[in-house]
Amino acid sequence: MDLAYSAEEEEFRARLRAWLAVVLPALPPRPDPLDWPARRAYDCGWQRRLHDAGYADVHWDASPTQRLIFLEETELAGAPYVGANFVGLLHAGPTIAAEGTAAQRERWLPPVLRGDEVWCQGFSEPGAGSDLASLRTKAVRDGDAYVVSGQKIWTSHAEVADWCELLVRTDPTAPRHRGISWLAMPMDAPGVTVRPLRTLAGSTEFAEVFLDEVRVPVANRVGDENDGWRVTMVTLSFERGTAFVGEVVACRRLLGELARTARENGTWDDPVLRRRLGRLSAEFQALWRLTQANISEAQATGGVPGAGGSVFKLHYSHARQELYEAAATVLGPDALDLGRDWTLDRLSSLSYTIAAGTSQIQRNIVAERILGLPKGR
Amino acid sequence: MDFRLTEDQRALRKGVRELLARLFGREALRAAVDSGGLDRELWRELGAAGFFALRLPEEEGGVGLGLPEAVLLFEEAGRVLLPGPLVATHVAAGAVPGAAEGAVVVTSASEGLVPWLDEADVVLGEAEGAVPVRSVDPLTPLHKVPGTGGCAHPSPEGGPPRRAERLPTTVSTEAVSALLAAAEQVGSAGRTTDMAVAYAREREQFGQVIGGFQAVKHLCAGMLVRAELARAAVRAAAVTADPVEIAGAKLLADEAATANARDCLQVHGGMGFTWEADVHLHLKRAWVRAELWLPAARAEEVVAARL
Ligand SMILES: Cc1cc2nc3c(=O)[nH]c(=O)nc-3n(C[C@H](O)[C@H](O)[C@H](O)COP(=O)(O)OP(=O)(O)OC[C@H]3O[C@@H](n4cnc5c(N)ncnc54)[C@H](O)[C@@H]3O)c2cc1C
Repeated sequence: MDLAYSAEEEEFRARLRAWLAVVLPALPPRPDPLDWPARRAYDCGWQRRLHDAGYADVHWDASPTQRLIFLEETELAGAPYVGANFVGLLHAGPTIAAEGTAAQRERWLPPVLRGDEVWCQGFSEPGAGSDLASLRTKAVRDGDAYVVSGQKIWTSHAEVADWCELLVRTDPTAPRHRGISWLAMPMDAPGVTVRPLRTLAGSTEFAEVFLDEVRVPVANRVGDENDGWRVTMVTLSFERGTAFVGEVVACRRLLGELARTARENGTWDDPVLRRRLGRLSAEFQALWRLTQANISEAQATGGVPGAGGSVFKLHYSHARQELYEAAATVLGPDALDLGRDWTLDRLSSLSYTIAAGTSQIQRNIVAERILGLPKGR
Repeated sequence: MDFRLTEDQRALRKGVRELLARLFGREALRAAVDSGGLDRELWRELGAAGFFALRLPEEEGGVGLGLPEAVLLFEEAGRVLLPGPLVATHVAAGAVPGAAEGAVVVTSASEGLVPWLDEADVVLGEAEGAVPVRSVDPLTPLHKVPGTGGCAHPSPEGGPPRRAERLPTTVSTEAVSALLAAAEQVGSAGRTTDMAVAYAREREQFGQVIGGFQAVKHLCAGMLVRAELARAAVRAAAVTADPVEIAGAKLLADEAATANARDCLQVHGGMGFTWEADVHLHLKRAWVRAELWLPAARAEEVVAARL
């Protein structure tokens, strides 16, 4: 049980910290959170800066510990979060890195790291949410291409994405889990129609994607034909296991801000509120420690994060919602002001127990895969 | 950074688990519940195995290990509901002669409560005029110190009577005690999770094992999440020995032990409500530990104060 970082790791931290201190004050102002094209430009600009300074590969090529330091330092410094690059950097990219061919890695990974290309995730369908394996979007082989038809839904960042990690049914006769393939689909291909959906926060952060005989080269398939479910499990384990790590640090920072506000506006004198913030602080600290344990385990086994990601996500998603409820108590009437980041973030926190697999589904996973309880319907 | 158990720590945990299975198995637990007293023989055997001297330097006859190892030890103790003032005696080793060897039983006052007062040879802290309480936990006799309202802060001079400066750690005695109690809570939370899962895999209703029902599965999954989160917190706090991190760990461990015992009882149905099932012993001990050394209200304030 060692929480100390090595000399090289500390040197990496110091270098990064010094760099952040120089670049952050010079960043352009953040765009309107509801303006996705502007957000794409901003987020990609940040990724480009990271790339040019030599920090872009931290998500895949660096050691997991270095990545942890990267997330800790960037969040503590208040640097921009991955934003529109979320899918590409945190789960489509790692999936291609783990499962793709050399040519696929060469084609898709550098542009993600440079902030040139943005990805989205086309998994969910109107009739296939929690029950993802029941997806119906079909892909029929025609020469060296698949012809894809169907509909995806809740596709985050679809409006501004260049590529989509797309799940399709390549064998309608096989058992549900066996007939699925994982494709990289260009969003500008003929037959792709994106219709933005309005979220409860008023933003168009996700969309419906209609696919009408879209031709996707067979060469864009990651993993074998009909072996897409296994590849999907890899993607989901990145999505649940490691993608939220940086946010825990952000939550700890937000909690500090909240305490400062509470001291200023007098709500801190209320012991009930004070104790509530204390408990939340203990929870986020523990979540950070749990992350360090999970990362150590992943580092040792050299693999993809395991079902431990579900343990983390279950508690994290609820703690995050609690944080914003506590914030509302501290802010009082200001919590109704949509002009404040807190209010928008409170609204968006409502999605955490749904997106990337609902809490109910995560509990099934923990019960069945970790505790070994029988599968049931 | 490698926040996993080392080979040595794994071996230690395995050794302790085997030792405790031998010294204090299920039958011993139930016998202790019936007899109620403190088993001096058991105490000496724990002492001989290094349970109390674990953190004493080797040149003082100790094992020379640190807080992370102590936490593993107490996790195991919590799993089997090992009775007695384990934390107080462990913390007093090196300062109170005989404690390290298990020849002397040391207890301490905490939050206006004194566990095992009648059985102890040495009492640390303020226990003047303590009156017996009918303890909820059949395996933890309790006294209450009048006028403390149940939440007295330990008096400043209430430290170990002698050689206090040679306590093997710089962290305050109260923080170490809270951490070790938290480790016991984690052990108990893990154990009640295992008990619930084992029962859910074997008990049948409606023609299937109840573990196939999602309502039961979700209770069990929630138990695992609580136990894992608390375990990470307790182990990290043992590594950093930071008093605020320790307070946070105690908070989460108390929550894990008490809530998991409750859920374990629920999974056991009517059986869970019996004296015969061990569930109530975990719940009651968890309640007692939650009231000692940094109970929730104070732990929350400690953590909040650093925000
Ligand atoms: C903000 C946001 C962004 C998203 N981004 C993307 C994206 O980029 N790409 C993508 O593919 N998808 C995305 N999703 C979709 C997300 O993965 C699904 O919403 C989620 O998996 C739930 O599916 P559903 O909406 O169909 O709900 P349903 O599956 O219909 O679930 C409805 C309710 O029933 C419960 N339920 C369902 N099945 C069970 C069961 N077996 N046991 C117990 N309870 C059950 C659920 O927990 C939930 O409470 C996003 C969702 C949100 C909210």
